[in-house]
Amino acid sequence: MSDLSVATEELPPVAPALKVSSTDVAVEMVDVNKWYGEFHVLRDINLKVMRGERIVICGPSGSGKSTLIRCINRLEEHQKGKIVVDGKELTNDLRKIDEVRREVGMVFQHFNLFPHLTILENCTLAPINVRKMPKREAEDIAMHYLNRVKIPEQANKYPGQLSGGQQQRVAIARSLCMNPRVMLFDEPTSALDPEMIKEVLDVMVGLALEGMTMICVTHEMGFARQVANRVIFMDGGQIIEQNDPVSFFTNPQHERTKLFLSQILH
Amino acid sequence: MNAPSQTFVSDVIIPAQAPPRNSVGINGWMRKNLFSTPLNSIMTVILVVFIVWAVTPFIRFTLIDATWSGADRQVCLQSSGACWAYVKAYLPQFIYGRYPIGERWRVDLVFWILVIGMVPMLIPRAPFKRLNAIFLLGIFPVAAFILLTGGHYQFAGRLIPNSIMPPSPLRFAIEFGIVSAVILFFVGLFAWLSGRPIAGSGNVVGTILAGIAAVLALCSIDFGLVPVETANWGGLLVTLVVAITGMIASLPLGILLALGRRSEMPVVRLASTIFIEVWRGVPLITVLFMASVMLPLFLPDGVTFDKLLRALIGVALFNAAYMAETIRGGLQAIPRGQYEGAKALGLGYWQMMRMIILPQSLRIVIPGIVGSFISLFKDTTLVIIIGLYDFLGQIQASANDAKWASPVTGLTGYIFAAMVFWAFCFSMSRYAAFTERRLDRGRR
Ligand SMILES: Nc1ncnc2c1ncn2[C@@H]1O[C@H](COP(=O)(O)OP(=O)(O)O)[C@@H](O)[C@H]1O
Ligand SMILES: [Mg+2]
Repeated sequence: MSDLSVATEELPPVAPALKVSSTDVAVEMVDVNKWYGEFHVLRDINLKVMRGERIVICGPSGSGKSTLIRCINRLEEHQKGKIVVDGKELTNDLRKIDEVRREVGMVFQHFNLFPHLTILENCTLAPINVRKMPKREAEDIAMHYLNRVKIPEQANKYPGQLSGGQQQRVAIARSLCMNPRVMLFDEPTSALDPEMIKEVLDVMVGLALEGMTMICVTHEMGFARQVANRVIFMDGGQIIEQNDPVSFFTNPQHERTKLFLSQILH
Repeated sequence: MNAPSQTFVSDVIIPAQAPPRNSVGINGWMRKNLFSTPLNSIMTVILVVFIVWAVTPFIRFTLIDATWSGADRQVCLQSSGACWAYVKAYLPQFIYGRYPIGERWRVDLVFWILVIGMVPMLIPRAPFKRLNAIFLLGIFPVAAFILLTGGHYQFAGRLIPNSIMPPSPLRFAIEFGIVSAVILFFVGLFAWLSGRPIAGSGNVVGTILAGIAAVLALCSIDFGLVPVETANWGGLLVTLVVAITGMIASLPLGILLALGRRSEMPVVRLASTIFIEVWRGVPLITVLFMASVMLPLFLPDGVTFDKLLRALIGVALFNAAYMAETIRGGLQAIPRGQYEGAKALGLGYWQMMRMIILPQSLRIVIPGIVGSFISLFKDTTLVIIIGLYDFLGQIQASANDAKWASPVTGLTGYIFAAMVFWAFCFSMSRYAAFTERRLDRGRR
């Protein structure tokens, strides 16, 4: 791990201080199964995320982490089981899918900013066209979030002119402009140079402190220790183990978890 | 020599000097590019000799030995070079064909409206691009259509029998309304069945239907213009009408077909693929021939279809198929992450395509699109096969005119045609190169 993540590891956990709803379910997956052709990629996934909860998912490459969170906003379709997001069940009903996607923000490993639009246009596009917000209002909101991720001065540049860390922060701001109720992160820092990881993690910690419901696929164990309520370990398309971060790191139960942690922490 | 303890080395700033004589200017350029090596020098000399050998006779023929004025074939017969007097005498016919002389101002007007619409569109810095595009793609075609044909069309449908209500604008309006309602009903039904937002699809289709209604209404108004049958159109007018209609129609059709071919709905994908492959598999001449000879056989009696219109439809669909493949190439170049980024933000399919995917992919395929436009422009000459007299056809026809016939008349005409076609195609190509460079700069 890089020095920067070690630095975060030494910070006290913020999780206990934050309130998690005990009744309000943000995402619920019941016996979810998915196949790519013959390949059984998700096996009997059961996961309940309460509002305000911050989940970190880790596991070896190819274990189905991305597939799992991409099912939550239907970038991937599941073939068996039930997924309910914000009270709406994901089926083939395109209207439901659109509704869910409006309420769920997603940050990708490779940012996926729109290269032909400026940073500001990237941020205002969805609020204007999906939420039907007036342009001025959308721009004000976009500037507010660009301020929060600390790059308001880049608003009129194009994504290609920014560093990786800056691009990822824009991607986070772009999602926040839609005022989502749940945020999904798919390895948001793994494509970044070490010196840029911290600036992105700082933004994510800030978001967690505000009580955002977050589901993060990441191997930044410092981040997991600091903000997660629950760490989930996946392997071979299954949830192998889940626990609060302290127990997860100090007292892993399953052999595979132990092996994984020994590889990643040293 | 300086003393060893001295750390200060220089007390004068060396002024900037001019580069050596032989590395700059024309001399330097020639040295570097034409005569850098012995082989390069030999090639340069051979090429220069070849160019002189090939171009001199051409210049002699078209300029030095050419005849510039005269009243009939006598001057051409005496000329050993091009007979420009003939081109001068026929120029109006080359441009307008048999369009009535008294009405030619309408063609001129259309041309100038086009220029006024095009120039600001082509200049990247000119403002109001959106309005400009609406003018060029929405208003101009309708205005051009009315001006060129004369408008005042009496539309009639076949939905309501004559015994119930004689043909009239009102009857047509009612018929149009009925058809629209049926279409909207099925769109709504389809949206409802497939779980899409009904208002969305309904709005789009409703707007299109309203637009068609407005255009039809405009075309039926009597503006007091004398009708000019398309059979009398000719020359550059026909060339430009076929080419521009082909371009304007093939681009959106091509986009739809390209999207269709990549659609997740098997029926749409299959239909688009079949359409594209059928049109790409036949030569344009066959298409035009079928449109003019075969199509009337399939139409019910009494339904006539303007010959020019048939050619236009043939050319547009033919080029749409090619355009679709060009654009599909651009769509394939867009990384999956762009689709996912757009979907994750909640953009619908059409929003995603219109705002994220197409702007990026069209940019990539500008050279391909312009290539298609250039071949389309040249292919318009094929309409002569169905008896339309385009620019080249008009020139060909006039070369046999007894008044001007001479050994050089035909050649002069063809050289003139080549020069005009070349001017159009070359400007398109240069403009495309300019656009490419500009967009490249904007990107990274
Ligand atoms: N579109 C796809 N088609 C077929 N197999 C896929 C596809 N996407 C992912 N997979 C496979 O599914 C497995 C899980 O992938 P993924 O969810 O990306 O894993 P992770 O994010 O944990 O690395 C991998 O073995 C991968 O090769
Ligand atoms: Mg992954």
